Amino acid sequence: MMSMTEFRSLFHNGLVKQNTGLVQLLGLCPLLAISNNVINAASLGIATMLVMAASSGAVSSVRHFVPNEIRIPVFVLIIAALVTVIDLAMNAFVHPLYLVLGIFIPLITTNCIVLARADAFASKNHPLHSVVDALAMGLGLTLVLVVLGGIREIIGQGTLLSGIDLVFGASAKSFVLHVLPNYHGFLLAVLPPGAFIALGLLIAANNRYNARSTQRARATIPAAA
Amino acid sequence: MKASAASRNALRAGLILLVFAFVGTAILAFTYQATEPTITRGQQAAKLALLGQVLPASLHDNDLLNSRRSLPPDELLGTRIDSSMWLAQRNGQFSGVVLEAIAPDGYSGNIALLIGIDAQGRVTGVRVTAHRETPGLGDYIEHAKSAWIDQFAGKSLGNPVAKHWKVVKDGGAFDARAGATITPRAVVRAVKGALDYFAKHRAEFSTPRAKEPQA
Repeated sequence: MMSMTEFRSLFHNGLVKQNTGLVQLLGLCPLLAISNNVINAASLGIATMLVMAASSGAVSSVRHFVPNEIRIPVFVLIIAALVTVIDLAMNAFVHPLYLVLGIFIPLITTNCIVLARADAFASKNHPLHSVVDALAMGLGLTLVLVVLGGIREIIGQGTLLSGIDLVFGASAKSFVLHVLPNYHGFLLAVLPPGAFIALGLLIAANNRYNARSTQRARATIPAAA
Repeated sequence: MKASAASRNALRAGLILLVFAFVGTAILAFTYQATEPTITRGQQAAKLALLGQVLPASLHDNDLLNSRRSLPPDELLGTRIDSSMWLAQRNGQFSGVVLEAIAPDGYSGNIALLIGIDAQGRVTGVRVTAHRETPGLGDYIEHAKSAWIDQFAGKSLGNPVAKHWKVVKDGGAFDARAGATITPRAVVRAVKGALDYFAKHRAEFSTPRAKEPQA
């Protein structure tokens, strides 16, 4: 159904070329709110990724029945219903996980990246491709979130992976890395402005990397000719 | 009357939207029905577990969840709307109470607390149930983040004496982390307020008001 090249190009698209956090700059509200440590960031990222995969799959499966004029309300309806179902089911059947991720689930509905992928990709492509695309986009978002969370956590608290015991139980508490011992913390990094500053630096670094690689590509082409 | 192509299209789109809305609603209603009992049971268990954290199970043999009473707003509790209270009994005797209190003067607004007090007026435990303190700075009042809140256990109005019901920085007996004093200050004041409230209303707890009608 799906060739390896297609698969790879979808992932390249999601992780690098159109990374939601660094290039498309979509869904920044939850990204900035939750990225104050690695565990929160990874939890939100993974939850968003799964919701995106489910909603893209659902939207893609019904795409032939949805007239163009009403596609947005229908997609919103599908996503909202799906997120609510996931929220209820998690609350009922995987309660410990719900206690950790529960607060993020309503945040996911506000994340425009979910609707953006449903409209831009899933509504025009086969369900399998749509799910892979959503996973790739979600993974790209998760990676940016984790890097951002790591930077903010180290600078803000001097630790990494704090709060891991909330996900894996109290025994995981020893996994918390105290990167900078006896560190008094730097409040700015933990507060929302710290998120803006760190994200800005990440975007700048990404842009510089891209500019460099295009320059190099340009430099090599005439040489080859 | 002949409908134009445009209005026929609009009607068709509307009907399709209606079908999607109907299916969506049906799925949601079904999921809600299927999960509701499990969720309610989980919430009850969580509530009971939380009550158990502030009031040890050994202190009571009654059904704590159903002992809930509603309290009118009170300045000592920091409450502006009705709050809840749970009355613990052992062998038919009053053995403790769990009070809901609000610390209104946190760094970013209200800090909601659950405070357990035994019949002798000693704090059996305190938990923060909701707050908006700065993550990584003021949030060590959460039991999940640090054991700070455990220092209230065993304290009462006479221990320490009233003028030591403050954080160390203000000359009191309660620890607070450097850089975040406003948050613990608010919590200490709220716990003290709850103890004052308990002292004031102690008589009403131990002699239950003329058997409330069973709900």
